[in-house]
Amino acid sequence: MNTSPEYFEFLCQMGDNTLILGHRVSEWCGHAPVLEEDIALANTALDLIGQTQMWLGLAAEAEGAGRDADALAMLRDAWDFRNCLLVEQPNGDFGQTMLRQFLFDTWHLETLRALETSTEPRVAEIAAKAVKEVSYHLERSAETVIALGDGTEESHARMQAALNLLWPYVGEMFVPDAVDLAMAQAGIAPNPTSLRPAFDARVIEAMIEATLILPDSRFAHKGGRSGKQHSEHLGHILTQMQWLQRVYPGAVW
Amino acid sequence: MKPDTQTIWGWLNEVPDPEIPVISVVDLGIVRGVAWEGETLEIAVTPTYSGCPATAIIALDIETALHDRGIETVRIKTQISPAWTTDWLSDEGRAKLTEYGIAPPRAAGGPESCPRCTSKNVHRISQFGSTPCKAQWRCGDCLEPFDYFKCI
Repeated sequence: MNTSPEYFEFLCQMGDNTLILGHRVSEWCGHAPVLEEDIALANTALDLIGQTQMWLGLAAEAEGAGRDADALAMLRDAWDFRNCLLVEQPNGDFGQTMLRQFLFDTWHLETLRALETSTEPRVAEIAAKAVKEVSYHLERSAETVIALGDGTEESHARMQAALNLLWPYVGEMFVPDAVDLAMAQAGIAPNPTSLRPAFDARVIEAMIEATLILPDSRFAHKGGRSGKQHSEHLGHILTQMQWLQRVYPGAVW
Repeated sequence: MKPDTQTIWGWLNEVPDPEIPVISVVDLGIVRGVAWEGETLEIAVTPTYSGCPATAIIALDIETALHDRGIETVRIKTQISPAWTTDWLSDEGRAKLTEYGIAPPRAAGGPESCPRCTSKNVHRISQFGSTPCKAQWRCGDCLEPFDYFKCI
């Protein structure tokens, strides 16, 4: 078992992304515009939480400090979370949620494909499991973004506004930090920069079909993956997600 | 005396899937291994979808069924590799699904025909359904909606 701090951080990045997005998407449960979308969102959230159990479970093992996946999810504070800023952004309307999902799914799929050949067999196993679920998520989020972008005047305007709002959160996913460089050197994970061309190609292709215009700027908000500067939204998510374990420590289902 | 693993496979073949009770956990292809480790019986189980809430119930049902057969110590091990695909579903499982009204998975990504009237005129309503392993489809002839066991 690799016990380097960078490996633990990397596993937290993977698990925190799926945990926070899974929680965000679950907020739609009972509120989606139609029943089928409600079910689809809840199932997507469920897949992401399932993947979280695998990533954070492995993170806890690698850390070797007696914590488990639940302790990492429910008892850390905002500065210990390593998710990118994109996934903690509020749901907005249904279109904004689906656009966030599309941007994340596109990054996620490229990342998992690369992780399938990780030198760490446990990482490769989780990636091989998750990649199939995520391909399915991307199929749906891409279709929905295209349908809404190339839809009515109203839906088009909302999707363009969502894209303008969320685009500045994309760059962070591809800027390597010390953890990424250590993982890339060990062959455990790809250098995120190497994923950008495939990501851009997939996004541009969908945006053309969706008749949406990508903002020119490459400005990127950063600070989520390092934990140094999460947006104010993460704290609000945690208060809701963690309050039960904080108030009743050790409570079980 | 410890029962042999073949006998245990037979017992597991009688444990129904909690969500789709017409097929067993063996039909579903999620039991990956049965082995004795000393006095402990170790059962390797793989999840269909990583967040499937039925996974915990399945583990409990397997343990209960084996305790009922007199096996005292059972350990359920989660094994994620090789990942489950619908190829693991047995032929018997496919036949039982169709009879129950759930179209079995196909590599082409959609059901071959309506499980009620066998019409090939079928349309997708939603990529997701009542459980993580299903999608919702509708028949264009008998007009009935039905579940499709999705292929991943």
